[in-house]
Amino acid sequence: MNRQNLILFVVIGIFAALVATRAFVGDGMGRIYSELDSKEFVKVQIPILDQASIGEDTGDAPAPDAGMEEVWVPAQSDDGREFRTADSAVENWNVRTQVPAREHFAGDNPAVSLDWVRTIGLWSAALFTLAIFSFLYRDNPVYKVAESVVVGVSAGYWMVVGFWEMIVPNLLGKLVPGLVQATVLPGLTQLDPHWGYLIPAAFGVLLLMRLSPKGQSLSLWTLAFIVGTTAAIRMVGYIEGDFLSQVNATVVPIYQEIQNADGTVNGYSTFWASVRQLTLLIGVLACLTYFFFSVEHKGAVGKVAKLGIWFLMITFGAAFGFTVMGRIALLAARFEFLFIDWLWLIDPAGDRVVASTAMLMGG
Amino acid sequence: MGFLDRLNDLDRRWIFLMMGLAVAVPIIVIGITGKTLPELPTPLAKATFDVLDELEPGSKVLLAWDFDPASEGELGPMATSFIRQCAQKGHRMYFIALWPVGGQMIRSSTSRVIGRYYPDLEYGRDWVDLGFKAGNEAVIKTIATDFGQIFPNDAQGTPIESIPMMSGIGSLADFDVLVNVSAGYPGSKEWVLYAATPLKKPLLIGCTGVQAPQMYPYVPLQVQGLLGAIKGAAEYESIVNSWVRGDTFAQALAQDGVDGVPGSILTKKFPRSISEVDQWATENAGKGLDADQVRGIQALSPTQKELLVDIAHDPEPAVFLEAQRRMGPQLVAHILMIILIVMGNVIYFANRRRGGTR
Repeated sequence: MNRQNLILFVVIGIFAALVATRAFVGDGMGRIYSELDSKEFVKVQIPILDQASIGEDTGDAPAPDAGMEEVWVPAQSDDGREFRTADSAVENWNVRTQVPAREHFAGDNPAVSLDWVRTIGLWSAALFTLAIFSFLYRDNPVYKVAESVVVGVSAGYWMVVGFWEMIVPNLLGKLVPGLVQATVLPGLTQLDPHWGYLIPAAFGVLLLMRLSPKGQSLSLWTLAFIVGTTAAIRMVGYIEGDFLSQVNATVVPIYQEIQNADGTVNGYSTFWASVRQLTLLIGVLACLTYFFFSVEHKGAVGKVAKLGIWFLMITFGAAFGFTVMGRIALLAARFEFLFIDWLWLIDPAGDRVVASTAMLMGG
Repeated sequence: MGFLDRLNDLDRRWIFLMMGLAVAVPIIVIGITGKTLPELPTPLAKATFDVLDELEPGSKVLLAWDFDPASEGELGPMATSFIRQCAQKGHRMYFIALWPVGGQMIRSSTSRVIGRYYPDLEYGRDWVDLGFKAGNEAVIKTIATDFGQIFPNDAQGTPIESIPMMSGIGSLADFDVLVNVSAGYPGSKEWVLYAATPLKKPLLIGCTGVQAPQMYPYVPLQVQGLLGAIKGAAEYESIVNSWVRGDTFAQALAQDGVDGVPGSILTKKFPRSISEVDQWATENAGKGLDADQVRGIQALSPTQKELLVDIAHDPEPAVFLEAQRRMGPQLVAHILMIILIVMGNVIYFANRRRGGTR
């Protein structure tokens, strides 16, 4: 181990010791408290209201329609109290709502207690954050575990979202709406089957043929459809939004007159607005010249092209600056999570007044 | 080995450590002191605020939250401030998401702002969470002409016909303003190309620093307000915070029968003690306050004056200072970055002068 590695190990060791010390100082660290709220729900039969009158803000109560429907409502709600009978089914639903730690420290609410599930989640988030940070030292097994978990969870999440947000409502909900409404989407209102959706279903099956040892070429039909429609949608959008509108935004008078509230010309603002417009025009022309390769970049054309490079470099520099700012903001957010939620070092929201650093220091 | 040689061979992990300290130390200092750096809003942040401010209360604002927890640190504060301005102004808010975890971002930001600070806003009448829809730009293309086809229900599965504020919403054209907070694709670019440009709708964008340079060319014809990265968020946050304080101040005075006092009067150093309020009102006669307003303020009871002092000087809730808090680490980290770039160049030119191979 060379000297630099030794020093870095010492730094990491000091950090670990500080964290361990922090756990036993003051009110500790890294705990989440929640309040248990038991809610009673009752199954009641209520009249079906005239939906058309609900959206109109007439001030009148919606008109009752023919028929009744059976729904679960909170026992203490108006519907719960009005329509509950002796035979109504009752269920209790326990809800744990996260509360600031100060409510636990105050000690006057017995419903507030340590929330183990959320606390384990908090510690997992903190340790995974540190595991990812450990890559800054060098690639290591801890980092690889964290990386693999991120990839695996993301892939699983996307699969579930794809199934429940695409396949179920957009395909099954169109082909067998009655079944979907009765089983998984009670809010589905369109109950007539749309047999035209058999075509995208067939395209979907063809795309899955890529996984088959034979007939992979059948998937090309679906891919051709995707590529064609995507290209067409984007072409129209880009021509209108990027090409024509940007030409329109560039071809404007160089002299930009800015007026004061009393109608007089503001010389200072007018000068700088005109300079900005002139710079924009020169920049566009210079960059276009740089990318115009049908003429050799020599003489006047070469000088204008060089100016174009300068504009491009300034643009790249600005983009780099923005990127740095964005990355630092993300790092700051992670540090805030570690310092505020996990280590309880600072408490800008006053969630743990008695546990804040100021109190630890006698403040 | 000389100093430059030592720097030349410096282990990059020392750079990481320096950057970590440059970000961590300001966070702790700001967290303990509660002080943030002052923000001078740029025209783009003001334009963003003005678009929402100039709308009549009750206007329909579509808010598309196209980001995820990975970019929440940069975009969360913008989302918070957008909701705060809309809620304070009384606009109707329609939340949607084109990112799978955008739905969670909607729930997180609405519970932080509406749930805690605007509990009087009623779900279904003042705001609605329509949740995530898959399909990327195809979703935007479709709701540009038929909103109900993509969003037949809200995020809880309630049919939109049962949601009062969805009455009259047939397409994107029925909204007064579109707001998009975006971390990538699908996001700001798609909202410009497929919604704001063809429909000629005002579009306000809050985006990551990586995206911002691509969005600037769309200002002001296709995008009316742009918040780029945490800096844009901090500027907008400071505008919204001071406006909300002023608006609350003006509303409190109006409830006490003193109408028409602009919230901006607060910038004229409202006193911290109720005994100085009468003197302050006298001094500001003709400087934002007319004679009737001066008399009205002086006639307030001590309790009413105490309330005004509280509104003027109570510390801002921490959730509305997130972006400004993160500008402290930005400052120190950027200074370190500049120093490192300069040092790197010095080492490079020194090596070249010595005829080194590096």
